[in-house]
Amino acid sequence: MSKLNELTIAQAADGLDKGEFSAVDLAEASLAAAEAAKGLNAFITLTPEVARDRAAASDARRAKNGALGPLDGVPVAVKDLFCTEGVPTTAASHILDGFTPTYESTVGRNLIDAGAVMIGKTNLDEFAMGSSNMTSYYGPVKNPWTGPGGEDLVPGGSSGGSATAVAARICAGSLGTDTGGSIRQPASLCGIVGMKPTYGRCSRWGIVAFASSLDQAGPFARTVEDAAILLGAMAGHDPKDSTSAPHDVPDFRAAVQGGVKGLKVGIPREYTMDGMPAEIQTLWDRGADWLKSQGAEIKEVSLPHTKYALPAYYIVAPAEASSNLARYDGVRYGLRVDGDTLDDMYANTRGEGFGAEVRRRVLIGTYVLSAGYYDAYYVKAQKVRTRILEDFTKAFDDVDVLLTPTAPNAAFAIGAKMDDPIAMYLNDVFTVPANLAGLPGISVPAGLDKDGLPLGLQLVGRPFDEETVLRAAQAIEDAAGFDALPKYLGGQG
Amino acid sequence: MSLDKNDVRRVAFLARIKVDEADLEPVAQDLNNIIGWVEQLAEVDTDGVEPMTGAAGMVMTRRDDVVTDGGDPEKVLSNAPDRVGDFYTVPKVVE
Repeated sequence: MSKLNELTIAQAADGLDKGEFSAVDLAEASLAAAEAAKGLNAFITLTPEVARDRAAASDARRAKNGALGPLDGVPVAVKDLFCTEGVPTTAASHILDGFTPTYESTVGRNLIDAGAVMIGKTNLDEFAMGSSNMTSYYGPVKNPWTGPGGEDLVPGGSSGGSATAVAARICAGSLGTDTGGSIRQPASLCGIVGMKPTYGRCSRWGIVAFASSLDQAGPFARTVEDAAILLGAMAGHDPKDSTSAPHDVPDFRAAVQGGVKGLKVGIPREYTMDGMPAEIQTLWDRGADWLKSQGAEIKEVSLPHTKYALPAYYIVAPAEASSNLARYDGVRYGLRVDGDTLDDMYANTRGEGFGAEVRRRVLIGTYVLSAGYYDAYYVKAQKVRTRILEDFTKAFDDVDVLLTPTAPNAAFAIGAKMDDPIAMYLNDVFTVPANLAGLPGISVPAGLDKDGLPLGLQLVGRPFDEETVLRAAQAIEDAAGFDALPKYLGGQG
Repeated sequence: MSLDKNDVRRVAFLARIKVDEADLEPVAQDLNNIIGWVEQLAEVDTDGVEPMTGAAGMVMTRRDDVVTDGGDPEKVLSNAPDRVGDFYTVPKVVE
């Protein structure tokens, strides 16, 4: 039998049900794996006491009344962007020094209510702004996959620590957030499954805000079924988030096995990008063949405004960020750097407390919202966003789900692209459109590139139709048979 | 449109982010690269198009105007840098 930290959620739940091991055993295995993997820097804070308490409570509950469900007693990692009651929450920023929330995010609360056992808070790009985890105040995360010469690679971002924790078999599942690709891109680069649900499916309450019209929480796991289990527990209407959708949560786990017979799958022709490695195109073609051979109908579709999604995003997201991050002023909590005047104190605190990428985006956002530029940049980008949504709406008249590559490249070296922001932003070229349109998307590991690094395929669906996305994803997973392992696995070097 | 040093100084003040005098020029260049890149949006025909302000596509719901939370000064003040009784003490923020 595999080591306990290497089990999937479904396997762990099964073993717990059969009494083969306890939740405390699982927690200890994950904590030991996390400790052994410290060199990957996947965690900002480990929470062994929380983990042991919740695991013991889970075992007691199971013995008395039976399990709450498949997550009861299963170790998970939580991106350090979710506020956690009594556990420091940093957003990987210096400016939140010393901040310990007195409340739990709704998604975090939902997982606790499902019996999940948090083992720690994972590293990320500062305020979730980045595609490599390089912008964290707490240092870069190493991808458990290494380059052909053994060199260290980024896990992607912004949810790099959460992706690494699952890929390195520290735990079976983790929480991320996805504003422009921050779950799907690292999932692709780390060879695991990552899903961004429909905007509104999961409550944003208690998640440190980056761009409020784009942010959405979602799961990482090693199988599509596990991602469905996690999403089912995370999702649901929350009166505390006015953009949370008042919809019932379907049985996502059951949907996974629906098959793709008769499903219409769209291949957007604009997702063929200049300079994209040929092997990504080949993998994409193969993905379409896999779905076709299982009974799906493949159709080419057009999303003509695709090339404008990324520039529109880099107006809308920084604008919202500049507004959201105005709250970090050094007055009520977190870092304060004194100054001669009140304005100096604000400027010193924010100049020192924010890293280079966050400063860049707040400045861009402030500029595009400032008098004289608001219509030319911000309103224009919002109108382009409408065009992008219209493209998707038209495409979904003809097809049920879209198949695309997740990212235009595999994992790259730590430190690469840092001097060229636009080259870094291009990592999210295939993921950003779904955020702008609010659509559900998933990345599934589908193959390896010439250097033996994982590549993912993305499926995007209609609003609140995660079920179709999941069953198409399961079909890709079944056909791909992805069983390659990263060089680093939890608990071994 | 492109930003010069004075524009950066103005935007940095609006954003309350300290940018050293010596950094104004490099920051201007950095921002101009990005602003120049996003200006390709001008190519898109958006005549008569409504701006999309959110992704939720739903009407804001209302609830009764009643107190649903509160009465917990210890929690509220737990991250305060300094306090007197049940009040925050902070630098003077009204000049």
